[in-house]
Amino acid sequence: MTWLSQNLHIVGALLVDHLVLSILPIVLSLVISVPLGWLASRYRRARTPLLTGTGLLYAIPSLPLFIIVAPLIGVAVRSPVTIVAGLTIYGCALLVRGVADAFGSVPRETMLAADAMGHSAWARFWRVELPLAGPVLLSSLRVVVVSTVSLVTVGALVGASSLGTLFTDGFQRGIEASILTGLVLTIVVAYALDGLCVLAGRLAMPWRRAVAA
Amino acid sequence: MNLFAEAIAYLLDPASWAGAGGLGLRILEHLGFSAAVLLVAAAIGIPAGVLIGHTGRGRGVVIALTSGARAIPTLGLLTIFGLLLGIGLEAPFLALVVLALPPVLAGAYAGVESVDRQVIGGARAIGMTERQIVTGVELPLASPVLIGGLRSAALQVISTATLAAYISDTGLGRPIFEGLKTRDYGLMLAGSILVALLALLVELLFQAAQSAAARRAEPIETHRTTARTRAPERNPA
Repeated sequence: MTWLSQNLHIVGALLVDHLVLSILPIVLSLVISVPLGWLASRYRRARTPLLTGTGLLYAIPSLPLFIIVAPLIGVAVRSPVTIVAGLTIYGCALLVRGVADAFGSVPRETMLAADAMGHSAWARFWRVELPLAGPVLLSSLRVVVVSTVSLVTVGALVGASSLGTLFTDGFQRGIEASILTGLVLTIVVAYALDGLCVLAGRLAMPWRRAVAA
Repeated sequence: MNLFAEAIAYLLDPASWAGAGGLGLRILEHLGFSAAVLLVAAAIGIPAGVLIGHTGRGRGVVIALTSGARAIPTLGLLTIFGLLLGIGLEAPFLALVVLALPPVLAGAYAGVESVDRQVIGGARAIGMTERQIVTGVELPLASPVLIGGLRSAALQVISTATLAAYISDTGLGRPIFEGLKTRDYGLMLAGSILVALLALLVELLFQAAQSAAARRAEPIETHRTTARTRAPERNPA
């Protein structure tokens, strides 16, 4: 506890870095995955290449991924851009499948009914498909949120500062309190962002609660 | 792009593969270490998971463990174990077993749980003992999902074994950290490409094993996909 109180400002700054490095890839992967996942659910021919391709990307370990991605996009490996790009790739690898499953869960009859009521394809997507796909989509987004927050820490090995810096610093200087603080805070951030997702889901999909109750 | 050329030149140079510090030995270290971790995790996780799936008791524990494990930063676990246990192979070994256990346990549990209750009832009705039901009915039918759990664990282990080089110099993480320290990007990239290829190879092997098991478990319904979609979520590492 004394270590924490003496280093509060450092921990605070690392926490902010960590939040930025987590939230950016989560948002980016959502924005990229929704159209890709929709394509995979609508067109059989797009499904297999999209899902196997993104699935294989998911197998690549994070540290090597950061090191391979950095020269590909032309930034230094320790740059935050590398971490954001790498984690966006992971996020998409998980979400494209999740989004495809989510849109696949919308009953065909409901879509036909929306057509019959005179919705254009665009309006049908926003008013019918997306809201109905919401619950399944949210559950895979939550997996992405928790794993992204945890993976940000790996970036500390290449010098991108985050709560993971508390692990590398703590290990090199032999300070257990530093590592423990990092562990606890990373888990707290993961569950806090997860909780925000659940809350956002309740606000955006109020009918879910009515069904459950 | 010349960084990639540098890395490939390093990988193609026979000198980088030979000897005590060569890449050949590093790959063997990496694979041997990962296999040992997976074996220990399987020896604990499969019996425990099958028991939970068979009896239906302790389901909450598995769910809590697997969702909780996702939030634990692997690097944090490695460094704290490294600090507490000292430099050596014990610390990464223990940390990796801890990380590999939840997916193995979840795969075994979910596999057994997904077996049709009527099939088990049928087996009991024709006079099979509980032991025969587990080994002769539940395990074969659960095998696709069970292998799916092992697959997640294997990828997690291969991935985290790379980070393990940070606390004890072993495996394919070594050239990566050497490259980081000496600012030799080519070396770092060469190590990374090898780990990525190794992970992809293991992923494909497990995929093949999983579909072979699925064909054995459901020889008629070849298009059946329930086993796969029910496989536990994977954690990236």
